[in-house]
Amino acid sequence: MSEPIKLTRKDFASDQAVRWCPGCGDYAILAQMQKTLPDLGVPKENIVFISGIGCSSRFPYYMNTYGIHSIHGRAPTLASGLKLANPELSVWIITGDGDSLSIGGNHLIHILRRNIDVNIVLFNNRIYGLTKGQYSPTSLQGHKTKSSPMGSVEQPLNPLSVAVGTEATFIARTIDTNVKHMGEVFRRAAAHKGTSFVEVYQNCVIFNDGAWGYATDNQTKDDHILELEDGQPLIFGKERDKGIRLNGLIPEVVSLADVSPNELLVHDEDGPASLAFFLSRMRQPAFPEPIGVFRDIKKITYEEGAISQISEAVASRGKGDLHKLFHASDTWEVTPEHTNGHN
Amino acid sequence: MPESKHHVEYQDIESVIIRFAGDSGDGMQLTGLQFSNTSAVFGNDISTLPDFPAEIRAPAGTLAGVSGFQVNFSSEEILTPGDAPQVLVAMNPAALKANLIDLEPGGKIIVNTDAFNNANLKKADYDSNPLEDGSLDGYDVYELPITTLNRNALADLEDLSTRDKDRCKNFFSLGLTFWIYDRPLETTLSYIDKKFAKNPLLVDANKRALIAGYDVGHNTEAFQTRFHIQPAHLKTGVYRRITGNEAIALGMITAAQKAGKPLFYGSYPITPASEILHNLANQKQFDVRTFQAEDEIAAMGSTIGAAFGGAMAATGTSGPGVALKSEAINLALVLELPMVIVNVQRGGPSTGLPTKTEQSDLLQAMFGRNGESPVPVIAPATPGDCFYMAIEAFRMAVRAMTPVFVLSDGYLGNSAEPWLIPDPDDIPPIVVKHPSAPSNGAEPFEPYKRNSETFARPWAIPGTPGLEHRLGGLGKQPDTGNVSYVPFDHEQMVKDRAEKIAKLADYVPPQTLIGPEEGDLLVVSWGSTLGAVRSAVKRVQGQAYAVSHAHIRYLNPFPKNLDSIVRRFDRILVPEMNLGQLIFLLRGRYGLETPFIPYPKVQGRPFTIREVTEKILSLVE
Repeated sequence: MSEPIKLTRKDFASDQAVRWCPGCGDYAILAQMQKTLPDLGVPKENIVFISGIGCSSRFPYYMNTYGIHSIHGRAPTLASGLKLANPELSVWIITGDGDSLSIGGNHLIHILRRNIDVNIVLFNNRIYGLTKGQYSPTSLQGHKTKSSPMGSVEQPLNPLSVAVGTEATFIARTIDTNVKHMGEVFRRAAAHKGTSFVEVYQNCVIFNDGAWGYATDNQTKDDHILELEDGQPLIFGKERDKGIRLNGLIPEVVSLADVSPNELLVHDEDGPASLAFFLSRMRQPAFPEPIGVFRDIKKITYEEGAISQISEAVASRGKGDLHKLFHASDTWEVTPEHTNGHN
Repeated sequence: MPESKHHVEYQDIESVIIRFAGDSGDGMQLTGLQFSNTSAVFGNDISTLPDFPAEIRAPAGTLAGVSGFQVNFSSEEILTPGDAPQVLVAMNPAALKANLIDLEPGGKIIVNTDAFNNANLKKADYDSNPLEDGSLDGYDVYELPITTLNRNALADLEDLSTRDKDRCKNFFSLGLTFWIYDRPLETTLSYIDKKFAKNPLLVDANKRALIAGYDVGHNTEAFQTRFHIQPAHLKTGVYRRITGNEAIALGMITAAQKAGKPLFYGSYPITPASEILHNLANQKQFDVRTFQAEDEIAAMGSTIGAAFGGAMAATGTSGPGVALKSEAINLALVLELPMVIVNVQRGGPSTGLPTKTEQSDLLQAMFGRNGESPVPVIAPATPGDCFYMAIEAFRMAVRAMTPVFVLSDGYLGNSAEPWLIPDPDDIPPIVVKHPSAPSNGAEPFEPYKRNSETFARPWAIPGTPGLEHRLGGLGKQPDTGNVSYVPFDHEQMVKDRAEKIAKLADYVPPQTLIGPEEGDLLVVSWGSTLGAVRSAVKRVQGQAYAVSHAHIRYLNPFPKNLDSIVRRFDRILVPEMNLGQLIFLLRGRYGLETPFIPYPKVQGRPFTIREVTEKILSLVE
């Protein structure tokens, strides 16, 4: 290999015209991904984007890397096989709330528990966009859509709570409009060894415009969003004058005018899973919604475990020998004289 | 061994079919397997078929819990585990009741009388004791208190519980059959040494049980004849016993080694295909990467991912699993990546008969997907052939850049035959060419630019600089593979994919024919029916009737010369373990006017030689 050439954002853009609706949050995520990748130092040919079906899943077509636009919900399965075939690759899964939490829910939980070293970016717009506007597994109860004209009666799934339940080793959240934060979260996700799970609040301008308005509106966002920082107390608000304190097992919003920062809950990325779960349960309007890295812990990856078993087998049995394998059973010989040798 | 205390005659016979039957906890599979191994090592031709219940541990003593293992061993070539057993070893009333129906008229029955108590008779739905009510008149019945005799033989092993002693009684009955059929004990004795190496007490107990059973033959007046079956005249070489599922695993490993690549096998446990996963998971020193997926769909998806990554990729399942995989199979088909899909067929539809055999997924493999979705389909004919067809499937997959179906079935998967072990050096390499990094100024890479001879697209793998490309399930432009909804682009891609599979006929070897080149009756078969059909045809040919047989191993595309073969006969008989799926394909492919005579059997059991022989005779006599 020659000296790696410094890549730029342009190197990651394919020649295909981007066909999302004007104003779609997906554009910002694509731009941020293309901007972030050159900083990772991974050769372009070692990067693979795999998606399922849905608006977000068109993503790989726009990346000048290896990629597969697969079938609905199944991107994690292809990524798993690919990583086991070639653990050197940097694999990104692009998915949506319908793709990963509805039709692909099973695969999501299993890739997370296996801790395969891939990065999952879930575009959560709380709606089915490509099928033109039905409620999704993250749509709020009461949400009126074409398939729920009187309001959805279903309880929504909380993607990050699901991730904590699956023993995920890296869990984060960011917002399509906060590009700087998004870039940093992508960098952290890429740096994590094991499955990284990133939820992006993404706006569907056509079928669910403003679903995340409280988190993106300049007037209100600082009061509804809490930016997590490892080792730092949970403080938020335009004036950074509010915090989260635990009252027994119950969290509460407190004013820093009344409470010392020492009493606040302190974020710990490799703390107990219950902390990440607890953070994932914080929902507006009662609480600000955390963004940033909820959890980042070290565990052996699936492919490390699998490949080390191969090395172990080679070490204990020697490299595979077909001759030996074929004869690894009771054998007997039929000779021309028709005497029967035992073996 | 002591000499017999009573007069014993020796009789030479050509072959015997024995079925060992007992409760699923009685160790009958092990007993049958030991009898087979001993006979194989002795030099007989053998063929075996286990028959076990779908329930892992059905209530002891009930009909649902009966487990059996049939062994056919002979001094002549045999192709099936045999039609009707001539000897039945029944360890309890349920085993007798469930298997008596199959026993040849006048056949031998060896029963464990200790198990014929009221409770067991009731569990087996017997109103009266068949040993006493005359219902076994006409059979040659040997009544032995096997439990008691076995306990007596182990009486002084004080450290062994009665329960553990009773668990040795399968070796006792094995020992007795060894005596009757004049088999050496060495193979089983050394098996016991290995199997129970960690527990010397069990080594001692099982060996004593085996020898005690053997000695009962010597010492019991009832046993007056011993039978001798000479070694068979098999092709010279070194043999082992192999089941179809073992052979598939060996074939896959061999194919990957011959391609110089890791083997990836993504699978979800399913009867009767799981042994392939078990066998492969235990051969990691060959760089075998097994992935036990969360479901059938994930098994297929992971196989596609591994193929994209450049591994020799395969998945294995049974019919219900293929149904779940079908959307992903179509993705593999349009991504045009090489991989192998093994379907060890079982009785269907739906959950059907998980442990029983059938050939009813042929049309599923051919047509069970949305859109125009042709895939190559091949079918091994014997357990040993599974090895060669697994390799063949990889060759075809790589050549045409396509998923390839291998249709095995529960009968092939589980039954065993002697396998002449090939020399791995004689197996030609599988040549895989991945395009390498383009030089500066080269034309942009076109992932769907087809090879003019095979119509295959290039297999460029991630990690290769300059060949970055995107694949997807959407309609595409030829050559570039870019998303396209242009009407003629779609039509061309559909036609090109069909043409590509059709072109594999250039690779498929010619169809062989046994018997006259033309005439009145042609028997056509595929898959696991080879043994019964070939044996039947030979019998009928032996009676001087002109009947021919074509056994098809390549089902899509068909061999090029099959067309002319089927046109040279007036009538075509097709025995199939389905309602006529191959007939449907032959008619559709060749538009034949020839009368087809379907011969369906869908009982979860393979054809017997007798059934096929009688069917043929009914047509030619």
